[in-house]
Amino acid sequence: MKLRAVVSFLGTIAVLVLLWEGYKALGQATGGVWPGTSVNLPVRTNERSMPHSWDIVGSLFAPARRGGEDLLLVILVRAALWTWRSAVIGFLVGSLVGFGLGVLFVRSLFAERGLMPYVVASQAVPVLAIAPILVVWGGRLQFPNWVAISIISAYLAFYPVAINTLRGLRSPEATSMELMRSYAASPGQVLWKLQIPAALPYLFPALKIAASASIIGAIVGELPAGFARGLGRAILSFASSFSSAPEKLFASVLVAALLGLTFVGFVAVIERLTVPDALRQSDDAGPDGGVVPSTLAATA
Amino acid sequence: MTALDLRDVAMVFNRGGSNEVRALEDITLTVGQGEFVSLIGPSGCGKSTMLRLIGDLLRPTDGEIRVNGKTPAQARTDRDYGIVFQSATLLDWRTVLDNVALPLEIMDIPKTERDATAREMLELVQLGGFAAHRPYELSGGMQQRVAIARALSFRPALLLMDEPFGALDEMTRERMQMELLQIWQETNTTVVFVTHSIPEAVFLSTRVVVMSPRPGRISEGIDIDLAQPRVFETREEPQFYQHMTRLREALRKVDDV
Repeated sequence: MKLRAVVSFLGTIAVLVLLWEGYKALGQATGGVWPGTSVNLPVRTNERSMPHSWDIVGSLFAPARRGGEDLLLVILVRAALWTWRSAVIGFLVGSLVGFGLGVLFVRSLFAERGLMPYVVASQAVPVLAIAPILVVWGGRLQFPNWVAISIISAYLAFYPVAINTLRGLRSPEATSMELMRSYAASPGQVLWKLQIPAALPYLFPALKIAASASIIGAIVGELPAGFARGLGRAILSFASSFSSAPEKLFASVLVAALLGLTFVGFVAVIERLTVPDALRQSDDAGPDGGVVPSTLAATA
Repeated sequence: MTALDLRDVAMVFNRGGSNEVRALEDITLTVGQGEFVSLIGPSGCGKSTMLRLIGDLLRPTDGEIRVNGKTPAQARTDRDYGIVFQSATLLDWRTVLDNVALPLEIMDIPKTERDATAREMLELVQLGGFAAHRPYELSGGMQQRVAIARALSFRPALLLMDEPFGALDEMTRERMQMELLQIWQETNTTVVFVTHSIPEAVFLSTRVVVMSPRPGRISEGIDIDLAQPRVFETREEPQFYQHMTRLREALRKVDDV
């Protein structure tokens, strides 16, 4: 089973590289049009628009600046760790807030009616627009930079957790709730012994979405924060030198994606240790559909 | 001593609304300590609702209910009854033993004591070897036995059962009926049992209450004076068939209304 996972992981990478290089080779061969037509390919295939995959990976192991000491990989990993720090704090705060809202809503229909519209609306606000506001406010209050960044990260992370926690807490059958009532269980006992255990299979898919959303939040938050050490800044500066060294921007994107994957992987390990095999959801969508990470669309 | 006393009980859902349902009307019923009473009737006759009113899972819109001389709410708080539904509703993240011990856990009984009691209850339903299993590893009949053990774990004086064997195949069902009767005799519990099945009602009960639908009313009470204890051969006796016929006719009458 482990071997199969490794093979399918490597296979996926091989397919992606083949598609990338195949498309590039096709474009080079036809001069940038679909074969046998004069219709342009959607993306140019020259070295600037699509560097070779090996050039992207190779740039990671070359000095970031001509004559510089540090390899690009080292610089990016260091930046990624900074970003990750803000993201972890944002993830933890966001998940706690999301979980708390879920518990509040399941206990109080009044709170759900009153607050749920705002919870949903919060995700319709583009995070790119509120990020600078939070950064300015944080600066005025003389908070360190990472506070605003973590708040933006938490802002994206809390939503899927709140929605799926509520859904999970409501998942026990009506008869299970009646059973608890027949034992004269207190609301706290119903929560701890029935609703929260029943919610765990719903909670973890949401935590995985929250993990990747918190990374995106942190990267987006770094842009207006003038935070020089994180991935967001690295992406911004490599984007400005895109025409001369496009592979570095692609390399940063690669590292950002790997950071997100690693974080999601951590959550998956915790899930594996917490939720028994038979109760775990095999996909990331949650037991019946789960939440669509609309936050990702909002930040794009 | 009376275990149950219902007087002029009525239950209306969504009262005053366009979707108002008169589920129960004029329900007057007394059940003595140690009786095994079945409620039978076509769907929509309110038998499950009646069980939920007794268990204080619903509040009646009218009338008075006494469980062991107390209000249903008080009886529930005192854990006077155990309830079993058609689906076992076991918690999949708990072992079979921990499922049976759940009510005891909620009553804050120390772990060693509740585990010992839960083991005893599992023996009673002949599942002693399955304590460490997970519910989803058991067959439907075994799961339902776990649910019965759970309901009995705190030794309630009253057992409420809502079509507990409705989802089981005929053979498992007959075996479970035998087991239930043995438990009933050993523990001297009062049982109120909701069912759709005429042979089941006759085989198990000391009295069958026939109900008519829309609104649910009690139309007849039939005493089943078959010899105790009931055995497999009871189903082959002529008196068994006479009771079945009597009950079937009573049911046909309420269906015609």
